[in-house]
Amino acid sequence: MTQTPHASTDPGLGPVARFLKATEIDTRMLGMVGALLAIWVGFHLYGALVNGNGAFLTPRNLWNLSVQTASVGIMACGMVLIIITRHIDLSVGSVLGFTAMIMGIVQVWILPQSLGLGHPLIWVVTCLVGMVVGTVIGAFHGWLVAYRGIPAFIVTLGGLLIWRGAAYLLAGGETISPVDSTFALLGGGPLGAVGAMGSWIVCAIAVAAILWMNLSSRKARRAHGFPLRPLWAEVTMTALTCGLVIGATLVVNAYPWPKGIVTQYAAANNLTVPPEGLFISHGFAIPLLIMVAVAIGMTVMMGRTRFGRYVYAIGGNPDAAELSGINTRMMTVKIFALMGFLTGLSAIVASARQTSATISLGQLDELYVIAAAVIGGTSLAGGVGKIYGAILGALVMQSLKSGMVLIGFDAAIQNIVVGIVLVLAVYVDILYRKRAK
Amino acid sequence: MSNPHSATSGTPLVELRDISIAFGGIKAVDHVSVDLHPGEVVGLLGHNGAGKSTLIKCLSGAYKADSGEILINGEKAEISNPRDARHYNIETIYQTLALADNLDAASNLFLGRELVGPGGFLDDAAMEAETRKIMGRLNPNFRKFNVPVSALSGGQRQSVAIARAVYFNAKILIMDEPTAALGPHETQMVAELIQELKKQGLGIFLIEHDIHAVMELCDRAVVMKNGQRVGTVNVNEVTDDDILGMIIMGKKPPQAY
Repeated sequence: MTQTPHASTDPGLGPVARFLKATEIDTRMLGMVGALLAIWVGFHLYGALVNGNGAFLTPRNLWNLSVQTASVGIMACGMVLIIITRHIDLSVGSVLGFTAMIMGIVQVWILPQSLGLGHPLIWVVTCLVGMVVGTVIGAFHGWLVAYRGIPAFIVTLGGLLIWRGAAYLLAGGETISPVDSTFALLGGGPLGAVGAMGSWIVCAIAVAAILWMNLSSRKARRAHGFPLRPLWAEVTMTALTCGLVIGATLVVNAYPWPKGIVTQYAAANNLTVPPEGLFISHGFAIPLLIMVAVAIGMTVMMGRTRFGRYVYAIGGNPDAAELSGINTRMMTVKIFALMGFLTGLSAIVASARQTSATISLGQLDELYVIAAAVIGGTSLAGGVGKIYGAILGALVMQSLKSGMVLIGFDAAIQNIVVGIVLVLAVYVDILYRKRAK
Repeated sequence: MSNPHSATSGTPLVELRDISIAFGGIKAVDHVSVDLHPGEVVGLLGHNGAGKSTLIKCLSGAYKADSGEILINGEKAEISNPRDARHYNIETIYQTLALADNLDAASNLFLGRELVGPGGFLDDAAMEAETRKIMGRLNPNFRKFNVPVSALSGGQRQSVAIARAVYFNAKILIMDEPTAALGPHETQMVAELIQELKKQGLGIFLIEHDIHAVMELCDRAVVMKNGQRVGTVNVNEVTDDDILGMIIMGKKPPQAY
């Protein structure tokens, strides 16, 4: 077992380069986090200086941002796989609308009649129906692409029109509401969050998981005699990620319930509200937790399972993947089915958030989802893409959108800015890749 | 060089019998029969478009023959995709190398046959360790284990492709111009490897344009022209010119059968 000299001892590297190399931080991710922070601080300062009210970097806005990002973020995780394998899915917005409409019908028109209004099974059955419908539609798209040889662009462009139309036909264009009250919690809101104690529990689990992961990966590398990251780099990175989790917990716990909800809650629970008011924290919103769970699950899948490895292999060289014995057609069906599943999940979050299923739900989402994946570094040429990138991409876009709302830009300018950022992000990515070669 | 007559006795490792395959009315392979014995290297020669790659792709599972049959160890084999071929311990080193450029050496080596640990999760550390082991044997100068193979030189990429073929106990090895992209040193390395694998009892089909490489490495040579087999010769019974005559003019020397 020989220890090859590690990069941190390389002479001729500046302190910054040495730090980056030793910690193995992805410089592209660093760039994106930097861009995100710049956007946040920029909007806050603009609000503070021009409007006299910096509203961006407040617990309330950041909490809302987390809820608004969830729906697109969940779907962007699936879109990463689609784009890595050199396909595209233009239908996710319409499939979301269609699935939400089906779920609306199930929980508002059908189930209350057989189970009774407010029955605790309603939301469970509704969610299952939504996820199954999404998965089946996705698998069908994938089958057309893989086994019938129709380009994904065409299949899903057709899907974009078909499923939106079908959603309209289902309910004759009616808005279906209100959704089941438990179901509505999945969309966030003061009650759709886990509270201060719950957030600290989530935080503790996350910190424990980070520590365990870093320790076990270090142990595995040592067992095989591979070069180790220097200890100081390991400690810095661990402290940084744990700090991020704790910081996020502090932020969501600093956002209290609005007075009206507190009064209702106090009345319902026979509490007396002291004159200075009750401080009840929101804590992490449920849709955010769903998105984070999806992102973690998908990251593990992409990095640690055969399925993920094959997704990258197909993207890198479809012929080589096929010759290596990978059933690339079946993989395509599975990838589209997964996209459909996540779209169904996203439909749950989106329709729960607005407590209704409307005909326009999810409109243009396909573009935001694709943009999130691409801004997050997923290459349309295939083979390259990361889940965390897509989440960051979704966060960047949502930050731009809500930031502009906060400082009072209208919708036209919002679209222009988001469009420019998309093109710019891809251009920067191209420059980066050229330099890396 | 071993005596080819002793090698060609007994049950062949592979027998391709009367294989035909056509693409849109053009007969790419026209009733060709070829066999291969353990410990034997059979060269496949011919112009571009003579049908040698197409013929061999029927064995590796990339194409399916229109007619004819494949026998492995004397038994009829059904090979309709690359997975089936792997099942029969047939490994192929393609001219294009068939590597996923965005993955590292270990991921490519184990592609489709990953090592998994508890819970079905990929055991990347074990795969990297195995890769370091086999690369240490094949190409001791290889160091780039944690970069995508797109960052490797032609020779390094070739050694990854070869490592993949020999790691999984291949019985039958198909090499499609393995030295086409290599420098002299690496070509020598491949030649030594072929001799080594031969000693271990593998049967090797070698698709090759370089007559000298064929004379040096192969026991027998099969020459194809326009989809048909011109003839098969024992390499030590003929001269370079005999083989060239077969390739260029389709002229069968008396020793050929």
